Amino acid sequence: MVLMDAPQSKSRDLDKLLLRSGNLVGPGFFPGTDLRDDIREYVRVLVVGAGGLGCELLKDLALSGFRNLDVIDMDRIEVTNLNRQFLFRLEDVGKPKAEVAAKRVMERVSGVEIKPHFSRIEDKELDFYNDFNIIALGLDSIEARRYINGVACGFLEYDEDDNPRSETIKPMVDGGTEGFKGHARVIVPGVTPCFECTIWLFPPQVKFPLCTLAETPRNAAHCIEYAHLIKWHEVHGGKSFDPDEPEHMKWVYDEAIKRAELFGIPGVTYSLTQGVVKNIIPAIASTNAIISAACALETLKIVSGCSKTLANYLTYNGGEGLHTKVTEFERDKECLVCGPGILIELDTSITLQKFIDMLEEHPKLLLSNASVKHGKDSLYMQAPPVLEEMHRTNLSKPLYDLMGRVEKDTVHVFGTALKNEEKQSSLTKLRVVFKEVDGVADMDTAILRVNSKRKTPL
Amino acid sequence: MIGLFKVKEKQREQAQNASRGGGASVKKQSAGELRLHKDISELNLPSSCTISFPNGKDDLMNFEVSIKPDDGYYHNGTFVFTFQVSPVYPHEAPKVKCKTKVYHPNIDLEGNVCLNILREDWKPVLNINTVIYGLFHLFTEPNSEDPLNHDAAQVLRDNPKLFETNVRRAMTGGYVGQTFFPRCI
Repeated sequence: MVLMDAPQSKSRDLDKLLLRSGNLVGPGFFPGTDLRDDIREYVRVLVVGAGGLGCELLKDLALSGFRNLDVIDMDRIEVTNLNRQFLFRLEDVGKPKAEVAAKRVMERVSGVEIKPHFSRIEDKELDFYNDFNIIALGLDSIEARRYINGVACGFLEYDEDDNPRSETIKPMVDGGTEGFKGHARVIVPGVTPCFECTIWLFPPQVKFPLCTLAETPRNAAHCIEYAHLIKWHEVHGGKSFDPDEPEHMKWVYDEAIKRAELFGIPGVTYSLTQGVVKNIIPAIASTNAIISAACALETLKIVSGCSKTLANYLTYNGGEGLHTKVTEFERDKECLVCGPGILIELDTSITLQKFIDMLEEHPKLLLSNASVKHGKDSLYMQAPPVLEEMHRTNLSKPLYDLMGRVEKDTVHVFGTALKNEEKQSSLTKLRVVFKEVDGVADMDTAILRVNSKRKTPL
Repeated sequence: MIGLFKVKEKQREQAQNASRGGGASVKKQSAGELRLHKDISELNLPSSCTISFPNGKDDLMNFEVSIKPDDGYYHNGTFVFTFQVSPVYPHEAPKVKCKTKVYHPNIDLEGNVCLNILREDWKPVLNINTVIYGLFHLFTEPNSEDPLNHDAAQVLRDNPKLFETNVRRAMTGGYVGQTFFPRCI
């Protein structure tokens, strides 16, 4: 059904996607002006990063009909950003990226509200992230991605049958670029693999042996790293090296030149120094534009259902010719971050010691020598002896109290598990749910219910 | 998904008026910390190595390991290493530095340690136990091939007896060349 006689928005293309049905639409797609208006009114998207990808993402999302955007970035604008972070001008150098980006996009797209946040992602409360429907990532490090992934997947809850509860799913669209290469992926916690599920695919970082740096450098990068890692501390003692401080960078460059001359090694330049020290690869506008476009489109698709979403990892390589491929990665069911874990129902009087004893008998666990961790708190460590002693007083306390008296939460346990009659080291995620039991005071009447089809107690 | 978002929005408004009950996890989890905790709980150290946690049980990312070799050139000396584990562990090796000033071909006077598994040969499948064993190995078998302290390496190579004397003097507190080494035995 074509609803082209409905009031047209300024975007003819958007209307074509949202006002009519088609062959590629997702399940639950209801074309119409309501859909278009709902996106504008209800959907809140967070853009993480206001750099190469972030600028493009803000533009793309604003032009795709989104009206409630937030952007977060802890950096200030530098001259080297200006070749591709097109929202910034020379006179903006030194100002916070998030604020300038938000201002510029609001000037060009009428009706869009962008709230900038000049802060680190770790400094925001979890509630902040929970307010958004979708998070679009334009980050530049594994660490930052891992953090946001942990936060978003932390909101995920499962029901009794280990199915994800759809109202707790917080989708993410993650983009990354490096020179002529890039990727875009869709992360739907509980459905597609999360960042942690596939983190093992990253190759190891390039690190030079310290002795090569100290004794037998062979190339320009060795000379630079010598100055950066070894010579700096010899001369500057306790002062930590700041890669964003031009004086520090210049000092490293000068020392690297001296070292290179000593060993007759060519090739040390200031820009190579920056590249090696800050681990940066020259960035170009086109890759960022392509990847952000893919991400913005996926955001629109997820929210509206106007087309089937990317499943689930797109790689792009424009170095020689142009190649892109989409691979469907699978979730890791045992993932510590997004996996369901094993459901354990307890009553509030159970002590930590009793809980640990129960883990040994639980048919899905059979875990001995268990250590228990709740979020950032370590509740009990079996070893080494110095830690075991520090935790011993927790054993007699109720687990409910140790966990902060929340009704349910995630707990991780590790120890030795018996699998196929072999003892194996194991690290498992548990979903602990506390049941209110009236007037139970002693442990003997406490019940541990195993998650199985029969609902009778053990 | 938009139907869901509208429902969420209404729930959000309602929730803001109601009080917050105990709900989903409000604590920030870190997969790196989990793996570290597991590695620490599975430590299988020889009696010559002890581990301590100067920041208590709530900060396992920063700890110290004390090594007292039971034979070799460094017999009976006590050497303390600081470990700093990053949030990206195990994808990045722990940062290890030697707090004790030592006369050693593979440890420089700033405390940098040249151990392959700490840099170019680190793999996520390795763990804290393997690093500690690697460090222990440095004392039982110092290596003059790829030195950080080339004077010490040269002496070890050319004159092992002199090397032994230098090590003893350094450990008991004294000068080797122009450098003073505090007592560590």
